[in-house]
Order: sequence, then C-alpha cells, then structure tokens
Amino acid sequence: MNTEFCPASDQSLLVRFDRKMSPEAHRQVRALLRLLVLEPIAGVRNLHPAYCSVLIDFDALKFVHADIEALLRHYVSRLDDVRLPEPQEFEIPTCYGGEYGPDLNDVASLHGISPDQAIRVHSSVAYTVYFLGFVPGFAYLGDLPETLRTPRLALPRRTTPAGSIGIADNQTGIYPFATPGGWRVIGRTPLAMFRPDRANMSLHNVGDRVRFVPISPAEFSALREV
Amino acid sequence: MTSIFVESPGLLTTVQDLGRPGFGHIGVSPSGAADPVSLRLGNRLVGNAENAAGIEMTLLGGTFAFPEDAVVAVTGSDFGPTLDTADLRNGKTIGVRSGQVLRCGSTRSSARCYLCVRGGISVPLFLGSASTHLLSGLGGFEGRALRKGDVLQIGQASATFEKKAIAPRVTNALLPRNVLRVTPGPQADWFPETVQRLFYSNSYRIGEQSNRMGLRLEGPPLLLPEERPMITEGISLGAIQVPSGGLPIILFVDQQTTGGYPKIANVISADLHRVGQLRPRDEVRFEQVTFEKARALLIKQEDLLASPEAIIG
Repeated sequence: MNTEFCPASDQSLLVRFDRKMSPEAHRQVRALLRLLVLEPIAGVRNLHPAYCSVLIDFDALKFVHADIEALLRHYVSRLDDVRLPEPQEFEIPTCYGGEYGPDLNDVASLHGISPDQAIRVHSSVAYTVYFLGFVPGFAYLGDLPETLRTPRLALPRRTTPAGSIGIADNQTGIYPFATPGGWRVIGRTPLAMFRPDRANMSLHNVGDRVRFVPISPAEFSALREV
Repeated sequence: MTSIFVESPGLLTTVQDLGRPGFGHIGVSPSGAADPVSLRLGNRLVGNAENAAGIEMTLLGGTFAFPEDAVVAVTGSDFGPTLDTADLRNGKTIGVRSGQVLRCGSTRSSARCYLCVRGGISVPLFLGSASTHLLSGLGGFEGRALRKGDVLQIGQASATFEKKAIAPRVTNALLPRNVLRVTPGPQADWFPETVQRLFYSNSYRIGEQSNRMGLRLEGPPLLLPEERPMITEGISLGAIQVPSGGLPIILFVDQQTTGGYPKIANVISADLHRVGQLRPRDEVRFEQVTFEKARALLIKQEDLLASPEAIIG
C-alpha cells in the first residue's frame, strides 16, 4: 500500500503505511520514528506511533499540512535505508489467574480449553512491542495466538491494577498504572513497566521482544517492585 | 524560598504549566493547563515566562495562605476571589502581604481558574514539565491533586516589576462561547450525511463524568450504519471520538495517546482553551470550518495575545 497522509486536526497529520497490522508496516513505523529522532524537524511537537501509522503533531503557526507532508515524504522515501537498533528481549514474570487474572477462566472457557492450556498458549510465544501508547509505558504486544483471541469486555472495569496483563482481539499488553480498562485480565506481573526514576523510564521500546514466564503467587510477592 | 500554604484545596486543584509535548512515543500525554490562554495571561501579569507553573482550580476553588509577601494574579473563570475580606478582581496583578489569605469560592462563570504567582510554582520537573498527569500520578506536586496542608514552593523571580491588567479587548475576545469550531476527523467519512447532520445541528450536553482526559457528550447518538473494524492509531488533542454506543467524547489534555474508535471531528487549536472552560451540564454545538480558517483563527488569536496592548499598565 502507498503511504497515505491524512490531516487529523489543524495541528496534526496522520501518516498511514497500511490499514492493518503487518511486519512491513511495523518496520516502517519504527524506521520513521528512528529517523525523526536522529534528524528531528523543528516545529514537530509530538509523535504518536501505532500499529501501522504515526500521528505527527506540529506547530500550526509554523506549518500547514502541505509543508509537513512535503518534509515527511522525503523521510518516508529513505525508510528502507534506516538501520534499526537490535531489539531487546524481555522475560516478564507473570502470575496467571486467581486474583491476579480474574478473566482467565472466562477466556479459557470461551475457547473450550482449560485455564492451564490458556496459560501455556499465552506464554508460548515471543511477542513484538508494536508501539507504546494509551498511558506512559503501555506496550501494545502482538500477535496473540489465534486460540486466545477474545473481544474486549462489554463493560470496561473502572480500574485495573498496575501490572495487569490483558488481552483484546489479537493483542496483549501490560497495564503500567492502575487505570480504567476494557481488556480481559488474565494475569499480573510484579515488575514496574514505567518508572520515572529509571534511565529507561519505559521498560520496553518499540520493536522489543517479550515473553511471559508463569510464576507462583509466592514468587510474585518476592519479585514485587512496588 | 517563599511558599504557599494550602488551607483547603477546592474540588480538583493541580499544578500545571503549558504541558509536556514530545513524549507521545512512550505513551506520555501532553497534560498542561486545560485553559492555557488563561495561564499564559496570568503569568504575564506577574512578570513570569508564559510557561511558568501555576495552580489550576476546577469548579470550586481553594484557600491559600501566604507566609511571605508575594505577587499574584487570578485569571480564567470568576471564582469570586477574596484577599482576607476584600474582593479581588480577576485579570490584574495583586500584591499580597505576608500573613494574608487568598480564597477562591464556587465558580460564577465557567470551569477553571488559575492562580499565578510571581516566580512560578516550583516542583521537580518530569520530562521537562511541571504539569500534573493524574492518571499516572506523574509530574506536578507529588503527581496528585493538592490537599489541605500541602506547602508549595515559589521559584525565584527578578527584582523589578510593574502591576498590570489584561486589556478589555482581550477579555472580551475570550468570553465563553457555546459553539466549538471543528475540522473533520480522520474517520469523518465513515459517518453518513444524516449522522453528520445530527452532530452539526444539535446541541450536546457535557456529561458529569468529564475530566481532563475527556469530556463526555450527551445528545443524539452518532451511530455507524454497520460495525466496522478500526485499528488503533494516534489521537490528536481535541479529537472527538465516537465509541460504539454513539455518544461522542472530546479527548483532552490528559488524554490517552492512542485509541481505537473513529473520530468524526477535531476541535480547532484556537478553541481548545474554551474546551477547558466547559462545565458538566453546559450545552455546546459544533461548527465545521476548513483547515485554512482554523489556522487563520489561531493566527488572529496569537496576534491578539502577543500584542503589547494585550496587557496594560
């Protein structure tokens, strides 16, 4: 698909590489982010990467959409030559089910498998960090194996504890903070996803690889970072 | 260092500056004053840089004691401010003597008022900004709304200084309006003409559940003819997203950085400060303008604010 440029507001432009998740679109998102970090454009205020797009906020006193689009077309034409940093690999200790994963049993029964099988499937693959969004340090991970794909809760929870691991459609993710949430929560990690006192505030970067490792409630308590 | 003692915080009072742009790629929303125009003007009245941190109050203001002399200004909505027993006027420089108490009450006009202090509110910066992001508990004063007994530090200021007031032509230009101007959102064409007409010809009421993350709108639901899969994408400030129930939400300063609902429209930059002044139960209407018109309105507003006559001696 050709790259599309779509005004989202009078001070932002959406750059779409595709309209669905794909490894190619993800690589282009990473490459554009990387290039805009290496060669920043003065007057670009903020970048919002997603699965197959990047939203660019700009200073509307300085640019109109056509200006910023012309600049970005140059960047986009160079994406194939951008060298991306080696992804880091992470293991996320996860206590599944019970009070840590209140939706595990429902998810398993929706798919006609046992909770143990659901845990095995979720922890069997390495996920890609497609992007960080929603709240500080929330990593959108994919692709969730077909056997676990489940729609969001009909009624989102008012609060989901920090560290909760949720699934929604073909995605899985870790809530860095106690926030409202509509993803089905199947477990919780004792690790802090986002810490302002850490050099790398967000544990994960775009492009990293993440595996979930099942742990017991006792191990959860021992590892707890907060 | 001088300080301010919080005797009572009011309903929802936070430290805010002009926000924290530049960290959307790690999920950090811009935050900052909900009505940045009022904060900027307040800072100019006390001789601060426009981006200095001030105190944002919501619907019901707080009571603040000053152990030392200070120079302050109250801007934004009229919360009936008093200094000891004397009534204060919004929008002018005020000298406070040590031991005096500044009190803001319930709003008499719109949602937010700002207390700016010469020297600015001094808090540890998080990613370059003093703004509070309540959902993540980051930034501002301990990442939270102010409480009774908090002591805020005031920053250093240079010595010379003159009392000032906001010019009436600026105040008049900023009077509350119930029409928000918008440009089409990235999924505007998902909504059939009949649904677009509903959106642009009806009033919407601001819901009680509204906050700095988003303002919920109550009115005719904007339903898509059929369910349509939507992939998560970045969200711009002031985006009007339409969840499956059809009731729109204006995403605001503490917004999520990405989301998966279609966006029918986006409030123009020049009207974002007005969004920060909307109260629950206020009625708003939406008027579509072109991107050219939106930019012209922003330039006009910035010219007015930047003009030397905006602040008078």
